[in-house]
Amino acid sequence: MILNYILYSLIFPGLLFTLVLGLVVGWVERKVSARVQFRVGPPFLQNFYDIFKLFGKETILIKNSPYVIFLLAPIIAFATVALSSTILGTATFFHSGIGGDLILIIYLLVIYSVCVILGASSTGNIYSSTGASREIKLLLSDELAFILVALIAIIKSGYQINLTGIISYQASNGAIIGSLSGIIAFIIGILVIQAKMTLQPFDIPEAETEIVDGTFIEYSGPLLAFWKMAHYMMFVLLPMLLIVLFLGGIKLTVWGIIAGILKYLVIVVIIILIKNTNPRVRIDSALNFFWKYASPIAFVGVILAILGL
Amino acid sequence: MDKCRIPLGPFHPLLEEAEFFDIKVEGEKVVDIDMEIGWMHRGHEKISESKTFTQSIFLVERICGICSTSHPFACVNAIEDIDNIEIPERAKYIRILIGELERIHSHLLWIGLAGHFIGYDTVWMWVWKYREPILQLSEKITGNRNHYAMFRVGGVSRDFDNALIPVVNPVLDEVQKKMEMLVGVVNDDPVLKSRLKGVGVLTKEDAIDYCAVGPTARASGYDIDVRRDDPTAYELVDVNVIVTPNGDVFDKFVVRVLEVIESCKIIRQCLKAFPKVQGPIINNVKEISPGEGIGRYEAPRGEVFHYIRSDGSNRPVRHKVRAPSYSNIPTYKASCIGLPLADVLITLAAVDPCYCCTERSVRVLDNNGKRLNKNLLALSRGKTERIRKEIL
Repeated sequence: MILNYILYSLIFPGLLFTLVLGLVVGWVERKVSARVQFRVGPPFLQNFYDIFKLFGKETILIKNSPYVIFLLAPIIAFATVALSSTILGTATFFHSGIGGDLILIIYLLVIYSVCVILGASSTGNIYSSTGASREIKLLLSDELAFILVALIAIIKSGYQINLTGIISYQASNGAIIGSLSGIIAFIIGILVIQAKMTLQPFDIPEAETEIVDGTFIEYSGPLLAFWKMAHYMMFVLLPMLLIVLFLGGIKLTVWGIIAGILKYLVIVVIIILIKNTNPRVRIDSALNFFWKYASPIAFVGVILAILGL
Repeated sequence: MDKCRIPLGPFHPLLEEAEFFDIKVEGEKVVDIDMEIGWMHRGHEKISESKTFTQSIFLVERICGICSTSHPFACVNAIEDIDNIEIPERAKYIRILIGELERIHSHLLWIGLAGHFIGYDTVWMWVWKYREPILQLSEKITGNRNHYAMFRVGGVSRDFDNALIPVVNPVLDEVQKKMEMLVGVVNDDPVLKSRLKGVGVLTKEDAIDYCAVGPTARASGYDIDVRRDDPTAYELVDVNVIVTPNGDVFDKFVVRVLEVIESCKIIRQCLKAFPKVQGPIINNVKEISPGEGIGRYEAPRGEVFHYIRSDGSNRPVRHKVRAPSYSNIPTYKASCIGLPLADVLITLAAVDPCYCCTERSVRVLDNNGKRLNKNLLALSRGKTERIRKEIL
């Protein structure tokens, strides 16, 4: 049993699987972006080379800074993403959550953002602190919409917070996206993913041309590699979460797996296209957008879900 | 709230070149901005004094990689102004053609970079793709994609091949079509509009007070264009000066897009004239008499000014260059204060600053060998005073 858990979390739905898939999807992201922009794009293994190379580089620490936080932040962030993908993966592929539910995943994703904020503000760099303050604002703006989106799935599946419960409800009653509130939740969910992964138009904390990669500016070597890996694993985790919550998960038959891959690719391509067709918004516009439009619409979705639409 | 100091530069992804902006913020709001120029040690004016007049034209071409025709244009204007040298009509048309091609590619370059600065990399790549045919056209006409080396005192060095007229026309049509598409995209995209409209407003009064030039001034409703006001070749063509009233980043974008379309029109006028205007392309100038001359030209970024003094030898004894960004950079004081940090950066980029154009001073040291950076303006004024005394 314990051996099973270790295998789950380190090999199959957990760390290794998510990491490799994430790096491959990272390549898809770079390649599609490049083709949209009339560029050639990187070779297939480029992300693997990048990570490999970062592990061979020197780690530069800052004098007079609380470097324990600086060191631990990327590793904890990486671990939380790996853990949440294990929970999500076991629910998707084995229909046996290893003791976690939707609320745990929401918490773990907040811990990831908190790690970003802690790591960034521990450096004392002005760009980094600006990035951290923007990350806090972004977290405050997208979190409510994210919880409401999850709430719609919970209500639609008959008030279940268990991921396997949500999947088995959809297996018998059809995917949640088939309903009006499901469609609303899916659209808001995609925008929330954009903000959670800090992709355009919400790449405000990293804004390369403004604050020089903001939150990650002082990271180098293996620590930066951990951030990068966590980022690419989010590319697997968040679309998979949407699939589990609204698109009926992935069935373990041949057609089910093909359909699952298609669902996943569609979500990823939508994310990439949004990324490539929008400029970066200001942080106040992002706050406006989530509090004035996205969250109220998601709230309407919640009411619709309660009414059974 | 405490003021926080954000150093922007000298090396920063926003700036292609070394430049330092000292930004003071309260939270995200900018309360003060200070600029420091002088990070690039060029020494072009000094080198020019050791070159012959013809060589100095090639030298000033290297001042800027983007507006590499504007400086030679102003430089030959200055040299020709010493002796009132007339140039053949065909040479004038060729000068206009190259100048306008350069304006198109420079404005396209800015539009792309502006896209990059607001995080819209797709616009960046697309616009630079549209810019490519213009560079190839330049190569067909002058032999080089950039640094055309076409200008000589008294004319141009290389004739325009009339057989190229059918090649140029479709390229211009294509560019014009893309520009119209770009205006449509920006008008339809609410996110882009919210990012550009009403941001970094430079009022007309401020534009006049800070001596802004070029698209920066014209976007604020200040009607100024050397091509129309003091033409040396442009009297042959109709120049329609684009002026917009608002002075924000959006208007600066609109001015540049419309100027690209206007440049296409000017080039078409040249192309119409070429079959009719035959004859020499250079008026052979043997020597330059003692005296001084000024040359002005409307570079893509604004008025570029060259002053040349000759003592009758084959070398200039003084060559002074003032690039448009030198006048435009101080307008940040008027346009940036009070904006959020994210908007300041696009406002900084919106005047299309070209630092390597602006800076040609060698390192300025005081008597103790320390770097002087605060009173460059006073030094510049002192130098002008000194030159004035020498002349009188």
